[in-house]
Amino acid sequence: MSYTSRIVGKAAPLQIENLDTDQIMPKQFLRGIDKSGLKEGLLYNLRFDSQGTPRSDFVLNQEAYSDATIIISGANFGCGSSREHAVWGMLQYGIRAIVAPSFGEIFYSNAMNNRLLLVTVPETTIGQLIADASQPLAEPFDIDIETQRLRTHSLDLPFEIIPRHRRMLLEGLDSIGLSLTYQEDISAFARSHWAEQPWLRDVAKEVYGRLN
Amino acid sequence: MKPRTLYRKLVDSHTVAPLDEQNVLLFCDLHLMNEYTSPQAFAGLYEAGRGVPMPGQNVAVVSHIIPTHPGRTRVIADPPSALQASNLKRNCETFDISLFDTNDALQGIEHVVAPEHGMIRPGMVVICGDSHTTTYGALGALGFGIGTSEVEHVLATQTLGYRIARDMRVRVGGRLAPGVSAKDLILHIIGKIGAQGARGHVVEFCGPAIDALSIEARFTVCNMAVEAGARGALIAPDAKAINYVFERAPEIARNHGPAATKAWAQLRSDSGAVFDAEFEFNAGQVSPQVTWGTSPDQVAGIHERIPEPDSLAEGPERSSAERALKYAHLEPGTPMEGLAIQHVFIGSCTNGRIEDLRAAASVVRDRQVVPGVRAMVVPGSGAVKAQAEREGIAQVFIDAGFEWRNPGCSMCLAMNDDVLGEGVRCASTTNRNFEGRQGRGAITHLMSPAMAAAAAVTGKITDVRQLGVEL
Repeated sequence: MSYTSRIVGKAAPLQIENLDTDQIMPKQFLRGIDKSGLKEGLLYNLRFDSQGTPRSDFVLNQEAYSDATIIISGANFGCGSSREHAVWGMLQYGIRAIVAPSFGEIFYSNAMNNRLLLVTVPETTIGQLIADASQPLAEPFDIDIETQRLRTHSLDLPFEIIPRHRRMLLEGLDSIGLSLTYQEDISAFARSHWAEQPWLRDVAKEVYGRLN
Repeated sequence: MKPRTLYRKLVDSHTVAPLDEQNVLLFCDLHLMNEYTSPQAFAGLYEAGRGVPMPGQNVAVVSHIIPTHPGRTRVIADPPSALQASNLKRNCETFDISLFDTNDALQGIEHVVAPEHGMIRPGMVVICGDSHTTTYGALGALGFGIGTSEVEHVLATQTLGYRIARDMRVRVGGRLAPGVSAKDLILHIIGKIGAQGARGHVVEFCGPAIDALSIEARFTVCNMAVEAGARGALIAPDAKAINYVFERAPEIARNHGPAATKAWAQLRSDSGAVFDAEFEFNAGQVSPQVTWGTSPDQVAGIHERIPEPDSLAEGPERSSAERALKYAHLEPGTPMEGLAIQHVFIGSCTNGRIEDLRAAASVVRDRQVVPGVRAMVVPGSGAVKAQAEREGIAQVFIDAGFEWRNPGCSMCLAMNDDVLGEGVRCASTTNRNFEGRQGRGAITHLMSPAMAAAAAVTGKITDVRQLGVEL
């Protein structure tokens, strides 16, 4: 996947705290064995009423936000269940970045592994970011990963991103491939680990064998 | 050597190589899988032509989508869910991974099955594509949830690129009063520190109240640490923990008893180890807890009232409370006690173990589920179910009008066909009261097994201590 170091686009304000992954991708969309079909499920109960009709008062259903690529939200975004479907759904819907004061830990790793950019900003700036996002006709939001700055028509904020994640975003790190370069170290580690603690070797297989 | 926390000892003892200042390549002793967060990981392996180098360190359980209707043979009627199960079987066969399949007598929730058969040992790193993997801290094993990309990474390498967490210590003094359980304690702690109070941290629980807990009760505490945002939870293994493991994995006691005991004795934070954050609680002050909102930190004691949002700090806390009360159809100031419920669910990886069922059964014995209330027990595993049947507990539930069902995750997340309808209010022993978690528009009140049982036999949220049961 090609990736630019800048995301410039419309931001949708979604001022909800602790927006958990059950809400981001409800259970009925988790039954696949591939990653397809998750666009429909994104934020389903917020986007649609119980009859399946779009809720006109929900921000992503409004014409002015139909091309939003950024979401501005409350603290602890993506808390709860580990389901990576929440991240896949965001990307399939066209969301490229999420800006919030903090993120659920597993969601954070999942996003990085899929190059969905998460921008952590101070809680004190969220009010202004929501206000800026609430003017969809104003200048777009501009997130620059190289310089680590988020700009709106009224703000210019630095943001932190750890070097490993910056590299993952910019270069699309194949983390499995990278870890496999440590293959010999892993084997050597396992040998000494199991020499010290032989009861950890083949633990799943041994227990399963005992039970069957 | 600089004094280290238990958490840092576990990270150090599993570090294959440092990756940079914040990240290490972490060796994973045991990887658990389920049917819904692993398929795309296996698909990635096939696509890249990669294998599973250490299959003996991996195990899978069909847990989330499985129907729990009573009956001997289980048939997954929903075609996509059936495909997830058959796909898991195929993947496990391809890579020689042990599987507790749909009709295995020992099938159940992954976090109940693994420890009850001695698969979890102190000093391990255990990961799973499920957030409640923090459960294993109760045995001094570092457990944490991962996403599907990481499931693929572990399958292919038996390691993870791991960002090191900060250290938090939660000391709990005093002792829980009769009728107050580990569930009440952890709900109380989450209520005080908040749904992101432990975010970025691995929490070590300690103190006399934790020492006094059974291992199963410790599982409940560590299981729900993730609801405070924790990346892991730990309790230093004591004699109780070691006996628990030796009883369930007699081969360790037989072949490596002294060596294991010696290794596990090192699994404690050194005196002088520094924690980035510390909290203290007094267990004696904890009353039975019930959640009122849509986040596990929106919780109150049974004799408290639902808060007035105006009394909360302006900003996120207040707006969340307003949103939650609207969703839950509740008026501020309403007493928690007396709130009518229509459904009771007893089960889950938080509270689906034998001690949980015993506690609930002691309340239910010689009582009846109130007409109009639907109450169900879903044991955490086949082994728990069989034991409850042997002990006569199952019959207590059945006689009282409960549905006695087959094991699985069931209505904790309602991925199978156990789904609540809109507006139904449920007393639930599960871990999340999120909007729509148990069904669109359904309202979840988290509580202990004894409190859920009390709700079933009174039809409303009730202080179990007032039912005259010996607890």
